[in-house]
Amino acid sequence: MTTTGFSPLFVQRKSFIELNGRRRAYALFDENTATELVGPFDRAESPWLPMQGVAPQSDDGCIVIKGKISGKPAVAISLEGAFQGGSIGEVSGAKMVAALDLATIDSKAGKPTAAILLLETGGVRLQEANLGLAAIAEVIASILELRQHAPVITVIAGTVGCFGGMALAAGVSSYVVMMREARLGLNGPEVIEQESGKDEFDASDRALIWAIHGGEQRVGMGLADELVEDSVDAIGSAVQRFVTAGKPAQHRSEQVELYRQRIADLDSSRQIDPLALREQWRSLDSKGGTR
Amino acid sequence: MSEHIGLRGKAWFQVLTGRDRARKEDPASVLAADATIGDELALFLCVIPNPESRFPCVRDGQVGLEEGYALAYRIREVLNADKDKPKSQKRPIIAIVDVKSQAYGRREETAGLFLAAAASSDAYASARMAGHPVIAFVVGHAFSGGFLTHGYQANRILALDDAGVTIHAMHKEAAARITRRSVEDLERLGQQIPPMSYNVQDYAKLGLLHQLLHVESPLEPNQSEVDEAKNAVTAAIADARKGSTDLGVRWESPAAQQSRRAGIAARALMEQQWKNA
Repeated sequence: MTTTGFSPLFVQRKSFIELNGRRRAYALFDENTATELVGPFDRAESPWLPMQGVAPQSDDGCIVIKGKISGKPAVAISLEGAFQGGSIGEVSGAKMVAALDLATIDSKAGKPTAAILLLETGGVRLQEANLGLAAIAEVIASILELRQHAPVITVIAGTVGCFGGMALAAGVSSYVVMMREARLGLNGPEVIEQESGKDEFDASDRALIWAIHGGEQRVGMGLADELVEDSVDAIGSAVQRFVTAGKPAQHRSEQVELYRQRIADLDSSRQIDPLALREQWRSLDSKGGTR
Repeated sequence: MSEHIGLRGKAWFQVLTGRDRARKEDPASVLAADATIGDELALFLCVIPNPESRFPCVRDGQVGLEEGYALAYRIREVLNADKDKPKSQKRPIIAIVDVKSQAYGRREETAGLFLAAAASSDAYASARMAGHPVIAFVVGHAFSGGFLTHGYQANRILALDDAGVTIHAMHKEAAARITRRSVEDLERLGQQIPPMSYNVQDYAKLGLLHQLLHVESPLEPNQSEVDEAKNAVTAAIADARKGSTDLGVRWESPAAQQSRRAGIAARALMEQQWKNA
């Protein structure tokens, strides 16, 4: 990067978070290798939204791009957080599952094809309820198939974050890359406040939200792999490294005994201090805990 | 909502395995037992309410941190024990499902509930991919993250045909709030739009279910009902062994061909375009 005039680095840096879902996906690929599959002109739309007076989108909020990253075959699946909160419906889920399964077929045939999941989503699209939930179960199943042959890399950039059932998709991924502005958790703060009350979780407490779900915390406690700054170059090079690294020896979601013990060691008599937990788990990791 | 959440699960676990207590290393909310079904041994798993749980937000039968990892642990035990056996001899795993939801708690989020849920989902799917017949038997509620954690990775899903059985992404009150509708509107929409319905017969129209089983007394099944359920589970095990180890069956059923047309079409397009890209 060349320095021009007096503009500081963060001004010259090309922001990733400001890109829409499609631009984010394109930004990951080697030049002139990327092709979008089942794009907006194919009009694979939700049949269920118009029945409820909601305008569908011609890509159903799921963008699939195939190409090469660091010279290796890869597919990026990007959820558009601006459409219905990045939620998973019948069609967006089917696109995701199909792309993962095709990457598995290619990988098994001797052409390892990594998948990069750009997850900006609240989980199930409630207007498609049971077909959304079923799709998420299938996405999880398809990630688990593919990751035996090629790495599945989840990138959570923000600002929607990754919640609901799709947090399980992140959980079974080979690697998780997060930005500071990203959040990862099963239940968002609003849902917890509604279900369990303000005493349990005050959803207006921004500091608490970031302390629990934020990228710095998740990477710090070993539940995600790398924290990157908001820059196209930084995300791109993190993704390239993980594509090149291939699949890990053991996946996080397979480390059942380790995490079961950590949960057994928690003091549940009161709320858990996020920072203290982060430091505790990190010190365990440095003794050879998680990968 | 039904006041019986978790009671049905425990009742069915008891009649199918003869046990009703957790093993001593497991939380009291996770029942795991080997029992005979057909002419072989299977692992049965169930999550039940534990009013004394040290985690307050799981006391009504929600799936939390301990539950996710305990399920994963029990499944992986069987995976390891059977790893050198041929597929025909791998132990079936039966998830008896009656779960309210995932735990909605701050402790849970702080300690990474998503990973506990992912670990259990991973274990169930890994067992299925290794050739274990994995059967989900929904006897009560199967909600959202609770179902994803416990049961939704099965190769065959059976459910009781009963008004007390609900499979859904979110309970009515919360779904109404989030989609800015009244509960009445939501119910009306459910009658027109099968994926939104809270009725298990509408769920069956989606093509995801292997079979609906009718019983008169789901909370206290009599002997003939238990025998019928055992036969259905045994048949599902045999059917799973004959089929593939992925979830393809959920797309292939005649009901799915109808209700998931848009998804099936999107998948076909993807297959077509993938080859040329």
